[in-house]
Amino acid sequence: MTEHEGDFAGIINDQARRLFERCTSREALAAADGGAFAFDIWTEIEAAGLPLALLAEEAGGIGLSPEAAFGIVRLAAYFGLPVPLGETMVVAALTGEAPVGPASFAVADGAGIAARVAYGQVSAAILVEAPTGWVLCSPSGDAVAVERNLAGEPRDTIELALAAGKAVQCPDWLAGAGLLHIGAALRALQMSGAMRRVLDLAIEHVTMRQQFGRPLAKFQAIQHLLADAAAQVAAATAIADSAVEAWGRPDFALRAALAKARVGEAATLVAAIGHQVHGAMGFTQEHVLHVFTRRLWAWRDEFGGEAIWNEQIGRAICAGGGAALWQSLVEMTSETTA
Amino acid sequence: MSAFDFRNVTLPEEAIAARSEIRAFLATELDAGTFEPHRASWSTFNRGFSQRLGAAGFIGVTWPTEYGGKNASSLTRFVITEELLAAGSPCGAHWIADRQSGPQILRHGSDRARREILPRIASGACYFGIGMSEPNSGSDLAATRTRATKVDGGWVIDGQKIWTTNGHLADYIIVLARTGDAGPDRHGGLTQFIVAMDSAGIEIRPIRDLGGHHEFNEIFFDACFVPDDMMVGAEGQGWAMVTGELAFERSGPDRFLSDYQLLVSLVDRVGPNPDRGAAVEIGRLVSNLATLRRMSVSVAGLLDKGENPALQAALVKELGTTFEQNLPNVARQLAPVEPSMASADPYVAGMAETILRAPSFSLRGGTREILKSMIARGLGLR
Repeated sequence: MTEHEGDFAGIINDQARRLFERCTSREALAAADGGAFAFDIWTEIEAAGLPLALLAEEAGGIGLSPEAAFGIVRLAAYFGLPVPLGETMVVAALTGEAPVGPASFAVADGAGIAARVAYGQVSAAILVEAPTGWVLCSPSGDAVAVERNLAGEPRDTIELALAAGKAVQCPDWLAGAGLLHIGAALRALQMSGAMRRVLDLAIEHVTMRQQFGRPLAKFQAIQHLLADAAAQVAAATAIADSAVEAWGRPDFALRAALAKARVGEAATLVAAIGHQVHGAMGFTQEHVLHVFTRRLWAWRDEFGGEAIWNEQIGRAICAGGGAALWQSLVEMTSETTA
Repeated sequence: MSAFDFRNVTLPEEAIAARSEIRAFLATELDAGTFEPHRASWSTFNRGFSQRLGAAGFIGVTWPTEYGGKNASSLTRFVITEELLAAGSPCGAHWIADRQSGPQILRHGSDRARREILPRIASGACYFGIGMSEPNSGSDLAATRTRATKVDGGWVIDGQKIWTTNGHLADYIIVLARTGDAGPDRHGGLTQFIVAMDSAGIEIRPIRDLGGHHEFNEIFFDACFVPDDMMVGAEGQGWAMVTGELAFERSGPDRFLSDYQLLVSLVDRVGPNPDRGAAVEIGRLVSNLATLRRMSVSVAGLLDKGENPALQAALVKELGTTFEQNLPNVARQLAPVEPSMASADPYVAGMAETILRAPSFSLRGGTREILKSMIARGLGLR
């Protein structure tokens, strides 16, 4: 990233932070949670141009680096933004077109049925990975099933008219992989943002809350719990970064798998610690903590939970044998040539 | 700069070239049968190995050429150390000198100390021990009681150090001694000295660890004279120097690769067609290890830029040692055996070595509890 580009990304990031903070009041989050889609929030996000962050400039996008663009998605997750910004951003980048409303992506069967699509029913466009290839579809008609994930986010099962859609070329760098990997990296990144929020909420709570005549933060047992959570947040952030940095490269798929596996593990631990230190207050609907912990519990299983990705990684490593493991580790996390 | 930033680091060409070179060196050593990978660790002392490594130019690589180094990036050193560790090589002889004593002498040592000692370290012929812990000063370094008293031309040291790894084989140890009052923050009045182990007034007693290894020692100082120019840094700067080097000591691959060879033999034991449960567990180890490596490379990049990421280093060490300690537990579930030191099977013997070494992983270099408290301070809780 050039220095100029870095400044520019920083300005967009600051703008996004202010916007997200304003859009995610307690009332707005509660209304979107299991309720109607927040078109008002979406309109503001769209007006700010954020869904175009990852789309190349020549295609009408902002053309930020993957690090900077996904940094905005992480920030959105930190605030619990209840609209599909991440989904729309990657659909725009993968199709090379500016979207005309909220967009999403999904893997569908030959009949065009896609299960539990994020914001499926309200999406103006859905990038579908069908057995015959990628198709950009406009959903029409009613959803087969209107569902929600544990966080109250729409996860609709929909039927798509594949033949009426527009064929999209799967990029070469995703050869042998696909939208499942894109989703895995996206959710991993979002989880890293949401768990950072859980940690910040926990720090805020233990600093304010007094018991036995002193703040909870002064108890070593509490300090060490939060140190454990911080270590998990750090690990999750590092490996999620490593996946999105590889956007556009052939090693993206493997890094996405590693990230979803490791971040999912961290999500479980951080959510548990977040609740433990918040006590009964954090278990209520009134407290905002659940907005983030329920997202962690939902997202860790979307696009494959850690057992699924770890199994895939484990099989590949075992097939290669012990002697080949070290070079694989080196390639997974740094230079791609020996 | 956030403690949660573990940014991408592009390894320089020089580091990538060093990887090929050190791999060639290690292949030659393995062919010659100079070490058994599953038995060695970075505290295993092997003079011959370190001398050949030094002669081949792999020790002190970041130092200026006038002191025997190569002016290399610390990322190059990172690559060399991770390759040595992954190969299970016996790098204990030169490890402390290369990792922390040498760099400290380079930064804070006298001209004579730099000229006389650094080239010998780089040649693989001069070894160091760490003289920090005392019987009543383990995690609490500020409680140091070993005393250095000013005399004509130098200092006289009286006191006792303990847990000095390979102190009986080292040429020097760097002793943290009290030279003045601790002051209100308890961190004042401490100074570091390079003490030659052949000086008069030193007595060494071995301590065998629970695995039967003799690596630890107790070292007693009775009016042991140290010349003025073997003081490291200025009088009273000991605390700042000791804590300043922690990021180097804690973030390296030695904090998650101590028992890497056990993972290698576990993968082979599990075989190319694991059942689902075994595949998931192997995958989990690999996704954790990949994350640790990413974090460690990233901290190496920050150190290379002259930053002092002490908090990130504590995070790497805490996660890394937890991983290392958990590895034999996972292995026991996936491929049960009765561990035995005498076994010719690398997995069976490696399991025995690892189980008997593992408790030390979260003790040496700062206990888990100290690290968690540091992290908590970084979060603003203390």
